[in-house]
Amino acid sequence: MSGTTGAAPTARRDPFGGGPSDPQGTRKTGRLGDRLFGGAARGAGLLVIAIVVLVGVFLLSRAVPALLDNRANFLTSTEWSVGGESQRFGIATMLWVTVASSVVAMVIAVPLGVSVALFITQYAPTWLARPAAGLVQLLAAVPSIVFGIWGAYVVGPYFEPVQNLLNSVLGWTPLFSDTTVSGSSTILFAGVVLAIMVLPIVTAMSGEIFAQTPTTHREGALALGATKWEMIRTTVLPFGKPGVISAAMLGLGRALGETVAVMIILSALADGTAWSWSLLNGGETFASKIANGAPEFTTPLQTGAYIAAGLVLFVLTFVVNAIARVVINRRKAFTE
Amino acid sequence: MKIQRFGRMSAVALVGALALTACGSDNNTTSASGTAGGGGSTANIDCAAGEVQAEGSSAQKNAIELAIKNYQSACAEATLSYNPTGSGAGIKQFIAGQVDFAGSDSVLSDQPEEGVVETEDAAKTCGSPAWNLPMVTGPIAITYNVPGVDKLVLTPDVAAQIFQGRITTWDDPAIAKINQGVKLPGTRISVFFRADESGTTENFTKYLSATAKDLWTADPSKVWSGKGEGKNKSAGVASAVKSTEGGITYAEWSYAVDNKLDIAQIDNGAGPVELNSRTVGKAVDAAKNVGKGHDIRLELDYATKEKGAYPILLVTYEIVCSKGQDEAKTKLTKSFLSYFSSKDGQKSLEAAGYAPLPEEVRTKVSASVDALS
Repeated sequence: MSGTTGAAPTARRDPFGGGPSDPQGTRKTGRLGDRLFGGAARGAGLLVIAIVVLVGVFLLSRAVPALLDNRANFLTSTEWSVGGESQRFGIATMLWVTVASSVVAMVIAVPLGVSVALFITQYAPTWLARPAAGLVQLLAAVPSIVFGIWGAYVVGPYFEPVQNLLNSVLGWTPLFSDTTVSGSSTILFAGVVLAIMVLPIVTAMSGEIFAQTPTTHREGALALGATKWEMIRTTVLPFGKPGVISAAMLGLGRALGETVAVMIILSALADGTAWSWSLLNGGETFASKIANGAPEFTTPLQTGAYIAAGLVLFVLTFVVNAIARVVINRRKAFTE
Repeated sequence: MKIQRFGRMSAVALVGALALTACGSDNNTTSASGTAGGGGSTANIDCAAGEVQAEGSSAQKNAIELAIKNYQSACAEATLSYNPTGSGAGIKQFIAGQVDFAGSDSVLSDQPEEGVVETEDAAKTCGSPAWNLPMVTGPIAITYNVPGVDKLVLTPDVAAQIFQGRITTWDDPAIAKINQGVKLPGTRISVFFRADESGTTENFTKYLSATAKDLWTADPSKVWSGKGEGKNKSAGVASAVKSTEGGITYAEWSYAVDNKLDIAQIDNGAGPVELNSRTVGKAVDAAKNVGKGHDIRLELDYATKEKGAYPILLVTYEIVCSKGQDEAKTKLTKSFLSYFSSKDGQKSLEAAGYAPLPEEVRTKVSASVDALS
């Protein structure tokens, strides 16, 4: 998604093509290779747009009949009873759990990822920088089910005391209040594992952009008497800001959509469980709800209810990406 | 178990040496006529060759996988695969003609559900009526993790209250009353349920609503209607109980056995009944067959007061086309199912945590399998 929207402005600024209004007119002398490549690139771009549009159309076409049949408020209800004669379903809990776990993940992953990227690009000696970057990338290659099992069975028990501490110290705030969920099957812990999963994305992308900081800027800062930290603060970080934001948004996209790991770690709540804002509660994200329900899809309307939930996730990811675009564009205008 | 397999393998070797492979006629190797197997302690498996795919209930996954393994080690020319995607998915794929037979926790429904009548759709795909054949009896165990308590009796009422979150600690007077002489700790009860839609949940809530009518008022369904924390699949709830002191859940017997969890005895009114293959068989025997002819639909009486019958169980079915399918596939399906429903086939399931079908039901199923064409 972000790739497509990113490609559009670059194409418009393209100094060679003559602009989209006159694609081939001035290129009568263009060679075959040029035309082939241009066509292939254009085809690829259109293909991606077509896929996204088709996914959207599919989701809508399946979701709408179920939504029309829904007897509860889709956006505010916490019920989920589908498959019967009269379906009642709402996404309130899922929306909260999805957003809360992803936000927890970002709160941990962005500062950590940026720090790792700064270490790799600014502090680490060359012999260490490459292997370190490679290792972080390796995290991205671990299948999410491994993260899930590792989180639930290996790390979980160690995380429990941390949770208990948070609960006893900050228990008076709604975010850390008591719940009936046992062990580390909580939104908070799911967020921690998600943070580890998005870390490679954040690190790689911000590292890439930090490394591009013009040497003149950095040397200028150092020449003016800045310490290393001051140099980073005044040149590398401002230069890298749009990159960090894109990285964070890409990571957020992954966190929002993560399925298996969340499904293994998080305890689902029974229908009718009282609402709680607590991060120590369980619940289901959009993706894990769909994955939990998918094996028993029977009727079109029941499937439609899940697909409607998927549609919300689709829209949510879209909105997140759009916000990221706006932020990045504004930053660019500011720095240029 | 091991010895059996060894015996079977040597039987295969013997058979191979004698070139007496009774494989399908489309087999290129020289094949003499006559039934195969013979030697060893295992049943006479009438082998067939080819490839068959089945899909469905995850509750019978371990049972059918074991049966497939046994069958294939005797019949090298046969390839069977079972994809445990859930009963709903299995029936859907079966109706769509994607798989040769389906495994399901419930029979094909003959009532319209949102305009879909499963029996009719299946018959349309098959070109003949589809039959439900009860094959695997999976008792559902109420398993718990309370250190120091290795024997626990539950009545339907108490179980319903626990799973509804009304009884919250293990030393609750209601539990103590039916477990005299057992030292119960004050640990909080953590109820775990299946977060995915599951036939196990459906059967367990069927049991609760049949036996504790006043307390468990929610309609039985594949979605959990009690309280607690949801975990994914049987493996999820079982391991959650294992790692949580004070945890309790319902799961297929095999998962309780594999995870070495304690299993509660159930007292339906005729005294506590332990879960074992004898008590389960007794309950299946008491079930009523409401199917017609070779189609077998068992109606279990969850509230049975029969002495020594373990009441919480799930009978999973294989759903097959009664006739008119591809000949080679039918041959293999039939051959496999007749092994599966044979005495030895059923007996071997015990090791995987399933109870064999009682003799009376088993012979009926065998007869149905024989009638497939």
